[in-house]
Amino acid sequence: MNLAVIPVAASVSEWSDSFLERLPLLARDWMTSWLPEPWRWLVNSLLSIAVILSVFGLLFAYVTLAERKILGRIQNRPGPNRTPIPFTKLRFFGLAQPFADGVKSLTKEDVVPRGADHLLHFLAPVVLLAFSILTFAVIPYGRHLVPVELNAGVLYFFAAGAATELAVFMAGWASRNKYSLLAAMRALAQLISYELPLLLAWVPVVLVAGTLSTTEIVAAQSGWQFNVIPHWYVFTPWGAAGFAIFMIAALAESNRSPFDLPEAESELIAGHLTEYSGFKYALFFMAEYFGMIALSGMAITLFLGGWHAPSPYLEFIPSYVWFMGKLSALLLGFIWIRATFPRLRMDQLTRFAWKFLVPLALINLGNAAFWSLSLHWSGPLQILRWLISVLVVVGPFVLLGRKLSAGVAPRVYRYAV
Amino acid sequence: MLGTGLLQGLGVTAKNFVGSFHDPARLTTIEYPEVKTKLPEAYRNFPFLVTENATDPMGTLRCVACQICEKECPPQCIYIEKSKDKKPDATGKPQLFPAIFAIDTSVCMSCQICVEVCPFDAIKMDQVYEIATTDRFSALLLNREQLAKSNAYYHEIHPTEAAEVDARLAAERKAAEAKAVAAAAAKAAAAAAKLAAPVAPKTPAV
Repeated sequence: MNLAVIPVAASVSEWSDSFLERLPLLARDWMTSWLPEPWRWLVNSLLSIAVILSVFGLLFAYVTLAERKILGRIQNRPGPNRTPIPFTKLRFFGLAQPFADGVKSLTKEDVVPRGADHLLHFLAPVVLLAFSILTFAVIPYGRHLVPVELNAGVLYFFAAGAATELAVFMAGWASRNKYSLLAAMRALAQLISYELPLLLAWVPVVLVAGTLSTTEIVAAQSGWQFNVIPHWYVFTPWGAAGFAIFMIAALAESNRSPFDLPEAESELIAGHLTEYSGFKYALFFMAEYFGMIALSGMAITLFLGGWHAPSPYLEFIPSYVWFMGKLSALLLGFIWIRATFPRLRMDQLTRFAWKFLVPLALINLGNAAFWSLSLHWSGPLQILRWLISVLVVVGPFVLLGRKLSAGVAPRVYRYAV
Repeated sequence: MLGTGLLQGLGVTAKNFVGSFHDPARLTTIEYPEVKTKLPEAYRNFPFLVTENATDPMGTLRCVACQICEKECPPQCIYIEKSKDKKPDATGKPQLFPAIFAIDTSVCMSCQICVEVCPFDAIKMDQVYEIATTDRFSALLLNREQLAKSNAYYHEIHPTEAAEVDARLAAERKAAEAKAVAAAAAKAAAAAAKLAAPVAPKTPAV
């Protein structure tokens, strides 16, 4: 882990070098101090890989549990609460459930169709998971916690994220099942459609911050207005619009409801995952959640100020706690949305991307350009700058929404009498 | 405007989420093995034999081994063997009793016809549902010791129906007693008349 202290003048505060802030570094140095100097970097990297895998593995396990619990509560039922700690009767609200699920999927039979391409059928979940884990490398988890510092970190993140689409088609093709193949093509159509608004949504951030490095983007969002409003990009008109577009596209990219057409379980069997069972299916599931967590982490980095505290008075809480807090909030949002919205139809899905999100994202890019050009405006001009920027966001949204939903929405349902 | 419906929907789910924590009326789940739901009174599954006295279940079976249920049972899951001797039933009348009474619950279809046809209110429908066994042959064939359950238990599971049955049986018992009393009185009168009769014919002769 390249955990050198990043010299950022704006974010230096009395807490930036506190014991809690440095705790992960100290723990790492303590563990590797007995090694000879040339070996340390290697063990340090291996340690950070192990930490990422275990932290996000556990997070994945408990996100699945939280999802089932919250979906249950929203549907007025208690959710899974029976799995006890093994060999005891202690239940703790079913906190052992993810491990029971893991054991179940490990012990299930792994069925491979006779006609399948065995190598690719085996490789698809591995490749998918590998690329999903790769995306974790460039996210700044805390003030001193960036696994890999790349000066094109954002680019790397989305390149690795886009490579997962390869694995989706690999799974569909290698199954030698025409339904799997069709579903994989449909999944690709969705993923590629939403790749565009996803990318266009973060380009304004790069434009305004002037860098592709994730740490520098986070540093550019440091500071507070009147010690209350943080300088996060989500609190600018173009940032709010970009964040909304980014999250909608992230929903579609991670195959989450209401965009879960690739494996719509009530309509298809499991889409491109039809011929997968047991642990391979669990790997796909895991990769999907990893993708969701990584995209949320990137949304935090790009729009929600990364690991920055929302107020200078809250800086005594270490930065990685803030990052995890924001991550949990976004994941809760994903679950809440899944519990609320019905699934879109395929044509609605692609129309929404190409006719609504992409134009809005392009307009938003112009908005961000205006924002960075009007950086030096002050006094009453500042108000004008905000007004113009808000208008450029709200105007196209209302007009485009009205035009697209003309004759379609609001829907009137007629029932046979 | 576009999106207002979505926000409304999010509001509905949020309301349900919060409501499920503080409003017990929303959370209708009953956590089964620990908490059991109150079964409706009319719920029925397998038949059982009613006994008057729980301390002596085999001595006080209402069943008189008339075998009507055995003959009526559509899947023929009841098997009865009559006793050789008689013993007094609830009304004190000497009756036969079932030496063997067996129901094969793997065959029983819970149709309640045995209950409908029983003239003695001796067989009623039970409400047991935790009856899974690991032995699908002998464990599902219930003998009369396993089938016998007290009248108090019957009152517990079907209170209204049991009260009706008890009232009817009490009325029958009362009627039988009154009949017995009347018969005894008639007998006594006849006997008295018989006693008096040898004297009477003599009078015309006088």
